[in-house]
Amino acid sequence: MAVITMREALNQAMREEMHRDENVFLMGEEVAAYQGAYKISKGLLEEFGEKRVIDSPITELGFAGLGVGAAMVGLRPVIEFMTFNFSILATDQIINSAAKMRYMSGGQFKIPIVFRGPGGSAYQVSSQHSQALESWYANFPGIKVVMPSTPADAKGLLKSAIRDDDPVVFIEQERMYGNKGEVPEGEDVLVPIGVADVKREGTDATIVARSLMVPIALKAAEELAKQGVSVEVVDPRTIRPLDIETIVRSVKKTNRVVIAEESHPFCGVGAEISAQIMEHAFDYLDGPVRRVSGADAPMPYAKNLEKLAIPDVERLVAAVREVAYLN
Amino acid sequence: MATQVVMPKLSPTMEEGQLTRWLKNEGDKVGVGEPLAEIDTDKATMEAQALASGVLRKILVGAGETVPLGAVIAIIAEPDEDISSLLSKAESGKATEENKKSIEESVNAGGDGAQVELARVVPDGARTQATIRGEALSGDVGSADATDQSQSASSGGNQRPPQSPPTTQAAANPEGNGQGKRPSDGGGRLIVSPIAARMAAEAGINLQSLTGTGPSGRIVKRDIEAAISSGATTAATAADSTATTPAAPPEETPVTQPQIARGQAAEPRPFIAPSVEGASPYRDEPVSVMRSTIARRLTSSIGPVPHFFLTTEIEMDRAAELRRTLNALDAELKISINDLIIKVAAVALTQHPMVNASFQEKSVRFYESADIGVAVAIEEGLITPVVRSADRKSVGQISREVRELAERARARKLMPEEYTGATFSISNLGMFGIDDFTAVINPPEAAILAVGAMGPKAVVRDGEVVVRQIMRVTMSCDHRVIDGATGAKFLQTLKKILENPLYLMT
Repeated sequence: MAVITMREALNQAMREEMHRDENVFLMGEEVAAYQGAYKISKGLLEEFGEKRVIDSPITELGFAGLGVGAAMVGLRPVIEFMTFNFSILATDQIINSAAKMRYMSGGQFKIPIVFRGPGGSAYQVSSQHSQALESWYANFPGIKVVMPSTPADAKGLLKSAIRDDDPVVFIEQERMYGNKGEVPEGEDVLVPIGVADVKREGTDATIVARSLMVPIALKAAEELAKQGVSVEVVDPRTIRPLDIETIVRSVKKTNRVVIAEESHPFCGVGAEISAQIMEHAFDYLDGPVRRVSGADAPMPYAKNLEKLAIPDVERLVAAVREVAYLN
Repeated sequence: MATQVVMPKLSPTMEEGQLTRWLKNEGDKVGVGEPLAEIDTDKATMEAQALASGVLRKILVGAGETVPLGAVIAIIAEPDEDISSLLSKAESGKATEENKKSIEESVNAGGDGAQVELARVVPDGARTQATIRGEALSGDVGSADATDQSQSASSGGNQRPPQSPPTTQAAANPEGNGQGKRPSDGGGRLIVSPIAARMAAEAGINLQSLTGTGPSGRIVKRDIEAAISSGATTAATAADSTATTPAAPPEETPVTQPQIARGQAAEPRPFIAPSVEGASPYRDEPVSVMRSTIARRLTSSIGPVPHFFLTTEIEMDRAAELRRTLNALDAELKISINDLIIKVAAVALTQHPMVNASFQEKSVRFYESADIGVAVAIEEGLITPVVRSADRKSVGQISREVRELAERARARKLMPEEYTGATFSISNLGMFGIDDFTAVINPPEAAILAVGAMGPKAVVRDGEVVVRQIMRVTMSCDHRVIDGATGAKFLQTLKKILENPLYLMT
């Protein structure tokens, strides 16, 4: 198996799907001539030409709307937001058009579109450019929300997203583009949407982590193993539809849960997972579900404060010790 | 020296108290030990006493007001002393928290052991006083007083080092038995994690016997695991008592005792000591699905206690003769037929545990001894004093007790523990010439025996009409616990023994 970066994995996924289906095309700011602000679309313009790799003006609502229209007439657009922070401008198209069209047309239109790009924190890009917006989109029925944490998941899930007939919000993590990992080869190696993955098995506590938090949770588990605490790390991979069964299975085994997330805590995905754990596994809990979330404050610019705003290994270790009553 | 008078902890579960009445007025002189006020707790009305002498300078809580544990209710000081700083602290509510904490600390420092010991050996009245003193009634402005109190309280139990962080999560609980808060600290509420509750139910472990090691004494998974591996409930209690009295040898738990498989039919659970002194120990067995269906269906028909009635005729000649013989032996003995019935019923109850029981919604409570409530008519109505462990007492002893209890009942001088907690009752209207009647069950008991008049009747024996002393009894049964056949078998035994009282000798 080849070891490649997440950046390369995403690039491969788009390339392979564009080869496979001529209706797939990519549109966004700087995706063509500049080959992507983060070089995810490297080489695609050269390979597929400017009809299928299209530089848009700086107008998120506009090109998101063009994508929805193209999807309605049978194309399979991939819309890249330079970052998901800018997708805020396009929410009317994503939520009011893409998410609703199939329902409101009585099934006459399907919307096979992918909105993708980096979300979450980067390095010192401050409050407006460091947001984790998954809970916004996951709130709405009609949209699938995917957040990969490894190059293999990124490739397999993006391919599934492109082949999916419903709108998919595909949130990458800017800090993770350079992360390397083994990626299985083969054009039809897919990772199904809506299936969680147990990244590490354990017996004493479960950390439910997504995206950037997965490698941090794995490091915390490593650390805790040295202290004699066996931690299971579950990565839902898809936020909506949420694979609560896998999470509940893990909770029934370990009885203790920490939810790690980069986003703000209030009304976050962690809150939803926590509520569902109580609904489905209350009798198996040995204590309250503990969330470790990003700070409930705008992301600071200052490097030291930024570090404090994002959950780290130490905080996860402390939280696991807390739910396991070891403090 | 100015002293706060605070709402004392007058019962183990007390979180707040209602000041029912002040016994002193502002400006009155008070001495140490003098009653200051009456306080209604969750359990009873009690007197709060002054722990400092001086003048009752300020009353902060009026009669009828309810305040939390630790709240400052008054200030005692010298007549001309400045109490303004104490007043403002009390009014800001800051003092309440501090006092509450120091009360709790002193309770913890004394350990549950100290309290349990007191509760066991000291009669009721004295316990109250000891509790008030041990648990910090007043805190001086300086912290010296509070410290003294916690020290004197702790000398009652054994001294424990201050709370230290747990080093292992080994068998029992790292925060120390007794040093860690009892799980029932939150106003008597047991705090248990869901998985721990589930595991305890499955393993048949009594949560009340455990000390939680989680925050606020929460009972968590590892506490149940420890209890299971140490041989469950009895061992857990033993662990507690050894912690408080280190010199005593630990209670032995039989190694052969099955650890988890209890609960179902397998083996009855051990008896638990009741809170009322002298009352019968009991064990709670989970209600079976069938029994809970019977309970639900029958309650919806005759509710809330679905009665049914069983009547039998008993030939009392031999019993009457026994009574005559016994009374002739000793002029002091004044045994009545009813005394004999009490004894025989108690003996029959021990042979029919299902009748010596009580329906508890989720479980059926079985009593170890037969505590018989005897209905006594008094002017205002009726009261049922209890003959404890009648199965183990002689008829003469029962007779003396009943006479003494009945006398005090008519004088309205019975203590609550003397007329509550019976496991079975008997009501006799024979002296009024009633042939038979049905009595109403006194919940939570499962049955009551209504006894009619004994008298000569013509009956057929071996084909001949003969005269016999006949008495009719009717038992009212709580159908949620007792089924027809169960009740009938009990009455068979009762009848058999009364007709042949020599069975009492077997």
